[in-house]
Amino acid sequence: MAQTHSLQDLRQQASIAAKVFVQRDYTTGTICQFQTKFPSELETRIDKQQFEETIRTLNNLYAEAEKLGGRSYLEGCLACVTAYTIFLCMETHYEKVLKKIAKYIQEQNDKIYAPRGLLLTDPIERGLRVVEITIFEDQSNGRIEGR
Amino acid sequence: MLGLGVTEPMRECQYSEISVVASSPMDAEHTKRVPRRRKWETFPGRNKFYCNGRIMMAKQTGVFYLTMVLIVVTSGLFFAFDCPFLATNLTPAIPAIGGVLFVFVMGMLFRASFSDPGVLPRATPDEAAHLERQIGEDVANGPGQGGYRPPPRTREVIINGQTVKLKYCFTCKIFRPPRASHCSLCDNCVERFDHHCPWVGNCVGRRNYRFFYLFILSLSLLTVFIFAFVVTHVILRSSQTGFLSALKDSPASVLEVVVCFFSVWSIVGLSGFHTYLIGSNQTTNEDIKGSWSSKRGKENYNPYSYGSIVANCCAALCGPLPPSLIDRRGFVRPDAARPSPRSNGTSAYVSSQPRTRMCDQDQCIQSTKFVLQAAATPLLHNELITVSGGHSLSGKPSLGGPCASLPAAQHTPPGPVPNATWEAEALVRRDQEKSLFRWRASDEVSSPPSLGHGNPLYDPASQDSLHQDSVRGLVKLSSV
Repeated sequence: MAQTHSLQDLRQQASIAAKVFVQRDYTTGTICQFQTKFPSELETRIDKQQFEETIRTLNNLYAEAEKLGGRSYLEGCLACVTAYTIFLCMETHYEKVLKKIAKYIQEQNDKIYAPRGLLLTDPIERGLRVVEITIFEDQSNGRIEGR
Repeated sequence: MLGLGVTEPMRECQYSEISVVASSPMDAEHTKRVPRRRKWETFPGRNKFYCNGRIMMAKQTGVFYLTMVLIVVTSGLFFAFDCPFLATNLTPAIPAIGGVLFVFVMGMLFRASFSDPGVLPRATPDEAAHLERQIGEDVANGPGQGGYRPPPRTREVIINGQTVKLKYCFTCKIFRPPRASHCSLCDNCVERFDHHCPWVGNCVGRRNYRFFYLFILSLSLLTVFIFAFVVTHVILRSSQTGFLSALKDSPASVLEVVVCFFSVWSIVGLSGFHTYLIGSNQTTNEDIKGSWSSKRGKENYNPYSYGSIVANCCAALCGPLPPSLIDRRGFVRPDAARPSPRSNGTSAYVSSQPRTRMCDQDQCIQSTKFVLQAAATPLLHNELITVSGGHSLSGKPSLGGPCASLPAAQHTPPGPVPNATWEAEALVRRDQEKSLFRWRASDEVSSPPSLGHGNPLYDPASQDSLHQDSVRGLVKLSSV
């Protein structure tokens, strides 16, 4: 049958063994943070340190997006003064950070997770509720699993 | 349905090439043919969308129109009847300031009414199943420390020293984040839910609270402004021509005064209330329930407060504006939630979606591969295979997939092959890896549903495994 060689094809043709959901961590309030607890289903696939590093970086990025500081206040006031029409021309700080996060996740997937048969889904696609990690089945008959 | 109607949808299904190696040309071609739906069209809540998903409002918008009418009419009357007098006799700054206020009020009203209040998208089926499993485990496990176990559909979390209960939402199938609440009118969970405002025609939540607050604040200013200057106008006129004739000259003023007088109490009162809420960083919900009231206990305090009134105000009004989580104008991705063809018994959780971006189209591809394998046998090699089709070719679109044009074969039971088959013309070439074939609607199908057509080539009774596979494939096809 087919030999798949790219991540796209992998997603379409590989079978999903399981999905793991990393839930939100609300202990610091309502800001977007995810639990760093290592799920047991990933024990055989990936290093605990690696996983925690990924989640911690994501948490830091989300914290940066929601940070209250001079910059966000300035942006808020400017927006109010221009009756929020300024957002027709420029992106909010939050959106800029979300793009950064998307790039980071893509990079993590390419470098670390795809070679291990895992796939991180950007939390924004799940309404910032969970980090969904898809575990693909091991292809037993020698087919290439990923890049 | 039949005849011309059959060929039309079938033409949409024309695959000019199926390559076993790469399916991406297929994808691109297919998505071009079928119109993609935007996510707002399949939104599960009870919201109304306008301007192709750009505007989002609650279902009942009657009161919103009343609000608009009241504001526009009152302001219009003010500008038409009172401003000329005031501009000439006092200062033209009055209509100018009034104009600015009016524009600001309307802008904030539209912003509060039309934007997404912070709706939380519902859980995907996988997430929901995962949560259900977890809840089941919680129930199964014994009581935790101290013998106390919270009821299964709640979770407790400690935020800044305060214990907060997270409730499970049965509609959205998620554990609600703190401060989120489910609006029964809109049937959505909303982040930092304040209240559902019928005047604004929308919920007031995390993303539009500042607009709502600025709206009521500016509206109270506008109301007071109009009231004050209409009274001034009447008084000035009365001093010139007498009270009754002043009223006769400017009848609109009476209406304006009445409207403003009755509005001022409620709107100014509401502004004051929300100023207090912002200062203490509470939602209307929390305040009404007394969640963080000191009356509940000495140790009860608001864990979300930033400490000072100024900090709370800045956070509420000038903080970063989170983006919408529901992506209303995005396109629906063709994910098909189908049960996994293989079951992994040992795995903790089996996804109900065997392939992440699997769609009906991929089922088609799989099934046609079976057909090709079967066709590659000596019996069927290089023969034109015509399989009879039924009225399943009526072209009824299925929900949301690129294969929407593929007739939903729900009408035809997935029984023996001849009853649920496609009209197909297969060309099998013995290439090493690739196969080319073409599905085409045949005009012969224009005859009434030929459910009874048997095709000797696909004898279901055949013991040949390849034939069985092709049968399975064709059955799968028909169930798409």
